[in-house]
Amino acid sequence: MTDNIVEINNLSFSYNNRLLHKGINMRFPRGKVVAIMGGSGSGKTTLLRLIGGQLKPSAGEVRVDGKVVHEQDRAGIYQLRRKMGMLFQFGALFTDLSVFDNVAFPMREHTDLPESVIRDLVLLKLNAVGLRGARDLMPSELSGGMARRVALARAVALDPSIIMYDEPFAGLDPISMGVIVNLIRSLNDALGATSIVVTHDVHEAFLFVDYVYFVSAGVVVAEGTPEELRCSEMPFVHQFVHGEADGPVPFHYAAPDYRQDMLRGANV
Amino acid sequence: MFNHLVKSLRGIGHRVIDRIWRLGCAARFFFYTLVLSGESLRRFGLTIREMYFTGVLSLIIILVSALFVGMVLGLQGYNTLQKYGSSEAIGVLVALSLVRELGPVVTALLFAGRAGTAITAEIGLMRATEQLSAMEMMAVNPIARVVAPRFWAGVISMPLLAALFSMMGVFGGYLVAVPLLGIDEGAFWSQMQANVDFREDIVNGVIKSFVFGIACTIIALFEGYDAPPTAEGVSRATTRTVVNSSLAVLGLDFVLTSFMISV
Repeated sequence: MTDNIVEINNLSFSYNNRLLHKGINMRFPRGKVVAIMGGSGSGKTTLLRLIGGQLKPSAGEVRVDGKVVHEQDRAGIYQLRRKMGMLFQFGALFTDLSVFDNVAFPMREHTDLPESVIRDLVLLKLNAVGLRGARDLMPSELSGGMARRVALARAVALDPSIIMYDEPFAGLDPISMGVIVNLIRSLNDALGATSIVVTHDVHEAFLFVDYVYFVSAGVVVAEGTPEELRCSEMPFVHQFVHGEADGPVPFHYAAPDYRQDMLRGANV
Repeated sequence: MFNHLVKSLRGIGHRVIDRIWRLGCAARFFFYTLVLSGESLRRFGLTIREMYFTGVLSLIIILVSALFVGMVLGLQGYNTLQKYGSSEAIGVLVALSLVRELGPVVTALLFAGRAGTAITAEIGLMRATEQLSAMEMMAVNPIARVVAPRFWAGVISMPLLAALFSMMGVFGGYLVAVPLLGIDEGAFWSQMQANVDFREDIVNGVIKSFVFGIACTIIALFEGYDAPPTAEGVSRATTRTVVNSSLAVLGLDFVLTSFMISV
């Protein structure tokens, strides 16, 4: 057993002939909450899919619990996935099932527990996210924040040792955001799990994570604890942490010279 | 000029290759669905649930259409048959047309429009909202858990719906022929009994609707599963379901009929 439950070694991944990741190295120590940050489209979510074995790397490897993910066969990957819980960006609740059945889904699929035990477990999980009273609602009747919490209850239904969060704060009001922040930390510590949080919400994330990786243009450009990064002098980190519009990440999409461009238009 | 020709030829080639490629994908999808069907048959409740959505909820449109088709058959048949003085044969005409052709074919066309589109849209949206990804991440195979139960539900529902269609159509024909046009009731039913063969007519009709059930359901499922995860992608996939299912049903009907007639 290594101390890192997930390790990403020299990972490259290309999609549609575009190199999305170029030699990424990351360590996710057991029991910690680690954030992966970066601008939109920097391939953060793809990293979660690579960890979950839904995508294959073009080079390098992802190790989960010491096993190389892309070398596993389907059964092996499913075995690994049973240790993982994932919260999707907008919850991805099953729209044809009630809140209760959504949380019960992984238990019914993977265990032979009697229905009375499943009921107790589901209520336990729903109580942890404060939605025991919403068990009979359908996903369409939930607000964005509630749906996220139900999805969280479902993600931890089988007490996973790795919990992955894909943009858990996207589109939430400040109160719901605070609730999710508290839940991520408390669930991680209560379950003794390791959490990987993909986000671009610097201020929220810096409040509760143990370690941060900054990803830009396919490489890890900075890493450290929130305190270290807050004082960082690196231009990219500075721009990102303080939300400046222009800097190492340019405001303008690559374009020919503005003056030339305007003049050319007049001649056509 | 020459370049233009090459370009358009290349375009045609690409389109043909794309079609064949998709056909291959669909065949592989069909194969996986069959291989991974164990769970939907073991946990038959999953399939029953889908049969409610595809079968039971299609009943109204099937039965109402069948009634009208039967009534029209009665009117049109009477019109022609009475010229030859054999209007008592109206029962045979209605029953044979329905059991051999109209029952399976019209049911399949209505099924594609009512249940097929619903399946495509549902699966397409499940993909677009990452529900299928979520399922995969929970180590549950979406083909086994989502696709296969819907497939078997469609395959089981179709012959039942076609049988109900034929039954209702015969009743519609009866309504027109006996109370309205005054054909003798005894002649209507006894001629039908004497001239409809169980093996040649009814079993062949059931075989047809079973094949149509496989075709319509797998097309609807594949289009949904393969749809680009956008609003436009799902809407196009829904249209393709209706177009491809209808063409498949009519084409297969010709093939099956030609085998059945020559036997």
